[in-house]
Parts: sequence; C-alpha cells; structure tokens
Amino acid sequence: MDNLRLRFSKTGRAVYISHLDLMRTMQRAFLRAGMPLKYSEGFNPHAQISFALPLSVGTASSCEIMDFRLNGYMELSEIPYRLNRALPEGIRALEVYEWENKFKNIKWLDVDGVFEYDERDPADMLPELMDFFSRDSLVIKKKSKSGTNDFDISPCIRSLTFDIDERGIRLKALISAQEPTLNPELLPSALEQLAPQLKPDFASFTRVQVYDEQMNIFR
Amino acid sequence: MDKRLIRILPRVQKPARYTGGEYNQIIKDKAKVDLRMVLCFPDTYEIGMSNLGIKILYGGINEMDGVWCERAFAPWGDMEDEMRRENIPLWALESGDPLRDFDAVGFSIGYEMAYTNVLNMLDLAGIPLKSSERKELTPLVFAGGSSCVNPEPMADFLDFLFIGEGEEMDKELLLLLRKAKRENWSKQQLLSEAANIEGIYVPSLYEPIYNDDGTLKEMRAIPGAPESVTRRIVTDFDNSYFPTNPIVPSTEIVHDRVTLELFRGCTRGCRFCQAGFIYRPVRSRSPEKLVEQGIKSLESTGYQEITLSSLSTSDYRPLSELCDGLLDFCIPRSIGLSLPSLRADNFSMDLMSKVQKVRKSGLTFAPEAGTQRLRNAINKNVREEDLLHTCRIAFEGGWNNIKLYFMLGLPTETDEDVLAINDLAMKVLALFKTYATNKAKGVHITVSTSCFVPKPHSPFQWEAQVSMEEYRRRVTLLRDHMRAKAISYNWHDADTSLIEAVLSRGDRRVGAVIEEVWRQGGKLDSWSEYFSFERWISAFEKCGLDPKFYACRERSFEEILPWSRVNIGVKPEFLWQEREMCYKAELSPDCRNKCLSCGALSLMNGGRCDG
Repeated sequence: MDNLRLRFSKTGRAVYISHLDLMRTMQRAFLRAGMPLKYSEGFNPHAQISFALPLSVGTASSCEIMDFRLNGYMELSEIPYRLNRALPEGIRALEVYEWENKFKNIKWLDVDGVFEYDERDPADMLPELMDFFSRDSLVIKKKSKSGTNDFDISPCIRSLTFDIDERGIRLKALISAQEPTLNPELLPSALEQLAPQLKPDFASFTRVQVYDEQMNIFR
Repeated sequence: MDKRLIRILPRVQKPARYTGGEYNQIIKDKAKVDLRMVLCFPDTYEIGMSNLGIKILYGGINEMDGVWCERAFAPWGDMEDEMRRENIPLWALESGDPLRDFDAVGFSIGYEMAYTNVLNMLDLAGIPLKSSERKELTPLVFAGGSSCVNPEPMADFLDFLFIGEGEEMDKELLLLLRKAKRENWSKQQLLSEAANIEGIYVPSLYEPIYNDDGTLKEMRAIPGAPESVTRRIVTDFDNSYFPTNPIVPSTEIVHDRVTLELFRGCTRGCRFCQAGFIYRPVRSRSPEKLVEQGIKSLESTGYQEITLSSLSTSDYRPLSELCDGLLDFCIPRSIGLSLPSLRADNFSMDLMSKVQKVRKSGLTFAPEAGTQRLRNAINKNVREEDLLHTCRIAFEGGWNNIKLYFMLGLPTETDEDVLAINDLAMKVLALFKTYATNKAKGVHITVSTSCFVPKPHSPFQWEAQVSMEEYRRRVTLLRDHMRAKAISYNWHDADTSLIEAVLSRGDRRVGAVIEEVWRQGGKLDSWSEYFSFERWISAFEKCGLDPKFYACRERSFEEILPWSRVNIGVKPEFLWQEREMCYKAELSPDCRNKCLSCGALSLMNGGRCDG
C-alpha cells in the first residue's frame, strides 16, 4: 500500500527523541506491529518513510505527519491501533489515511508556547511583549549552513496572542511552516537579540495544527 | 518530570538517554512492590544499554514478584555539570526517583576503568562513597561483573561484590534483603548473612595485612567469615533465563541490535585471556532454543539486525544449524545476521557465504602475536597458514577490508616477534594482490596493537607488564617497519594500559587512589576526552603508592595475591603450570581434545563441562 499518511503526536518523554532517532523508532514500531514498511531497493535498503516537518528536540506536537508505504494490505483503521501497542511512551498514532495533498502545500503552523519568567511578573511583561511582536520588522541574525544571515521574522508571523497562566505567559502563534520556515524557537531568540530585557528564562512549544495556504487543515 | 530537568534536557547532548520511556521498559506500581533495586552501569547509556548482562539482570530481577528493578547510567559531562548546578540527584530512568531512595543499588562493572564512575555516580546520587559511612541497612551498594574477580580495589566502597554470574545470586540477595527489612536487621547482620550466599564476597570480613615491602602478608578472615568465596555460575545454562523482550532504546546505542548468547566459557585456554579462565566451564544453549529466542527477540523489538555473542563463536558446535535456522527467518525480512568472535582457523567458506547473503561487513581477526613461537607461548593456537588461507577465501569472496589485532608486551616477546607482525600483514596484502576478485577496489588492512595487561585469575597473573617506555619503543619499532600504503597501523596508548594494569591487580590500598582521582575530577576514564594520566600519577603520589609496584612487578607463586580469597574454580596450580608452559613455548591442548583438569568442573555440582 502506497501513499499512506500517519498523523501522530509526540509528547512527554518522547519530545527528546531526535528526528533521526524518530525515523529508527518508527521503522521498528511498524515491524513490532507486524506491518513491515516498504523498503527501497539497492545496496543500502532503507524504509520509505518521510516526515512533513522535522521537529526540534524538546518541542511537543499533536499534529506530526509521516508518509509511508506498507507491504501487503491492511485495514486503514487497524493501523493506528496496532501501532499504538508498539510505540514507545509519548508517541501516539492518531489517524492513518491515503494522502492526496503534497507536503509542499503546507504553509502555516499553529503553535502553543509558554514563556517562563523566574524573577519577573508576567503581568508586567505582557504589554511590552505585545508591543515588541507588533513591530513591522523584526530582523534577527540567524545561523545557517552558509553563515549568519539577517532574517526578518515579522512576515512569518500571521498572528500571535498572549495570555497569562500559572506557568507564565502563554502564547498562541500562527507562523510560517515553510518557505520560509520560522522555527518557533526564534521567537525567544528575537527577544534575546532585540529586547534582552524581555527574554524569558525558559520557553517551550507545542505544535498544534498544520494548515495550507488557504488556512485549511493540512491533511 | 522535574521542572528543572525540563529546562536542562534541551541543552544537553543526546537528551533521550536521560529520560527513559523506551519501548519494553518495565514500569511497576510503587505501591505494589516492597523492594526497589536500581541496576547501575558505570558508563554512558549508549554503552550500558548495549551490555547483554544488563539486559539479562534487568529482565530476570523484574520477574520477581514485589520487586521493581530500574536502570541508571553515568551522565556525560555536560549533563553532570547541569545536575550539579541545579542540585538534581542521580535518578533511575523508569520512575525518575533518586537512587538514594532505593533499597539496593547494584553496579555492573565490566572493566576497571569504570571504577571512578562508580564513585561519581554514588556522589551524584548523594550516597556516601564508603561502605563504612553508610550505616543504615539501605541503600545497599554492591557490584558484580567481570572486574569483580579481584574485589579488593573497590572493597572500601562496596558493601559486597558478586563473584561470577549474577542472575541467581542477585535474586537470593534480594530475598535476604526483603527478610532483613521486615525483621529490621542491622546492616552488619545482613552482611554476615549475605556472606553465606555462594559467590558473595563481603570485603569487611577480610582484612589485608601487609609486609614491609608492600606485598600482602595475609588476607585475614575475621572469625566466622568463609575461608574463600567460590565463583557462582549458572549450571543449567540451556534452561536459564534469557530476555526476549529487551528494552529498545529510542536513541542510537553502540550495539543497537538483538544479541543471542550462544555459550559461556571457552575451551581454548589462551594464556593471556582472563575471560578464557573466569567463565569456565563451557556451557552452551541448544540451537533450537537460540533460534526461538532470536525470533522472539526480533519480533518484540523490531530490530533489523541480530548478532551472536560468545567468547569464540566458531567454536559453537551447531553453528551451522543455528545460522540456517536464523537465516530462514532473517533473509525474507532483510534482517542482518552478524557473527563476531570468529577464529581464523576454522572459519569456513560455507559460513562466510551464508552471512554474506544478507550483509557484507569487514572481517576482523586477532592473531595476537606475529610469530608462531610467541603464539604457541600464549597458547593462541592459530597457525599462520590457517589465517592466510582464511584471508585468501575472504579476498576471493569479495572482501577487501581486514582488521588484524595484536598485543605488544606479551611475556617472552622479542623484537623479532614485534617485526613479524608487519611480515604477517605483508603476507595478507600479497594474498589480496594474487587472489582478490575486486582488485580495482583496493584493499584496506588495519593492524592494531594494544599493550598487554596481565589480569587476575589468568596464567599471567604473576607477570610484570612491560614498562610504558618499552611498549612505546616496540610500537615505534613496528611503525618504522610498516611501509605499505594499504596497511594502516593503530596503537593503544601506553598510559591507559598502565592504569588498567594497576587497577586489575590492585590491592585494597588502591581504593584510596581511585577515590583521590575522583576527588581531582576523574570520571569517564575509558573515554580519551576525560582520561588524564597526570591525574592518576598525582593521585598515586598523594597516596604514597607506586603504580609500577602493581603493574610492572613479577610476583612469585608464593606471594599472597589480593584476590586470593576468591576461588574462581580454576586452580592456581593449573594457572602456574600454564605459565611455565609459556616460557617453554609449549602448547596446551584445547579442552575438547584433552581435559587438563583445570578445576572449573568443581563448580558444576555434578553437571558436565561442554568442553
């Protein structure tokens, strides 16, 4: 069976599994579940799986997407059920379906985040944060393979709202998932570079949903 | 998860090794267990999770009702810094609870260079280092593993040590501890009772008395202590526990595959090899059982590779049958089968082509010495023509990557022996040029030498190690003669070998050196990033001990050795006889050809040796 897509979540202790390790983990989970993935031909066969958007270590997600191919036939609804008995703690298969929409059509990512402040009162930070992120341009230094480049994160933020909860400042952000990619970790980086007094002591994120250009949920 | 940890994990290297949560980990309800043990491996997660012993003990102990056994490993330096800064005590991976809350803290120590890690882990856990400083019954701190056959260097730190195979002793000990807890025993009372369990060595029951020259006058047994501690073995190995549902790490480890254990012990009797004596007698598992365990393990883990473990895989009699059985399962599923520890002498074309069906990796051989004379002296009965024949077959079969392992500093070694290593490598190279089927690809021959470390309970336990200067001279001699481009030469540091030699045959006073090294920041000593020779030397000086006394001094047969209270099964007289044979460059037969009555059969309770 080709063109299969898995939606899964990665939370709790599993957020520390790196992208490369996740590929291995998935391959093994499919084998344990008695559903061998299709392998590439050639000298060094590898399972034919691909992930939509690699996830940073430490970031949780309830909307991860992986495409895969299976040897043999399996009832689609059976696959997540079987996988969940074979996956490590923190990774949960949510749904499997045949895909029509290519990864390149992913555009927006809905992210929840928490900015934790140890010494400062979040209520005091809130107006300044809102002010900061409403600037028309937020040019930061971003490291890439070719060196350090200037990168304006402002156009990549479609919406950003803040709230206060017991952990600190809770944010909800709709950001560009690709072309260009805005890693949510660049939000605290922007503070560090441009307004260090606002930088949280710790920031963590959870991916909530992926959308296409037209803001339809990407499936 | 601890909030501080949540902040730390994203900034340390490979955080998944600190979190637990892997597939097949064992979680129990704390309220329903009355004994909690943590199995500690004094090196990193990647090394420890690759260790078969850990898997056997973890699975076996967790089969006990009311007992929950968890795991802990040594953190890498970046994680340790964070833990110390935030005051987070070392925790067990499954529950996240600190080690000091456990009833039993058991270390598996497979190599001496891990000793400083044991101290570091205890300290990170907030547990006092010395047995005498831990007054309460729990946490009990103990160790097992092959380096414990000389229990003395770590004697001050451990409440007791397991001599031999742990899978039965540990359960007996835990049952005793359960009784002790219920009846409110003192720690002293428990230790006296534990000493009655066969294989348990309680250091506080023996007092070393020294002569003026620093040698031992006596290992004095306090009244009531057993005269000697006999190594414990699993007599019915075929039916002993084997974990077919091991933990599958979520991050890559060193040996990331299913490992089957073919047999314990070895019939070869190579005189330099401690393992060849301290695991006797040979006990093997039937091929039917192994195939069944292999298939079960592959199914429960999803691993795509399986390997066979033993001291000498080609000596497993039904190897062909076993490989056939496994390959029937593996080939249709693209699962790789790898065969380590093959000997050059009986490595057959047949076997090689079977393995080749799935994946072709490099070949490794360990002739250990360059000349036949020296190979005879160490009883490494590999003939040059056999090795060359095997290489020829390999080259004809398309292999072009061969590794050859040797030791320098073996007893009776001369410069002629050293240079013969190069000659042998050149002969292998010549074979490639004549017989290889893929000459265009070129050949890569790697020669590695290490410095011989004399080990307790081996025929060379009385030997002097060559000095560092002498080892380096021999390395240079060999290196200067290696001219061929296709041959590369690697050699081990002399520094580590000297320290390993001291720790291997050290007495109780060496414990102070280990502690001092740790106090000066020593840890992860088997990693070149962390090992500091200067730190060890400075600690020896501070403790008034000379490393050469332990490493480079020849002992007489009469000398009381620090491990003299350990009865390994093989008799010291037998070991001495083997040593004398070395100096005559005479071979001893393989156990399978002739039983030399080494003494190990006495451990079998009437069972037979599969030699």
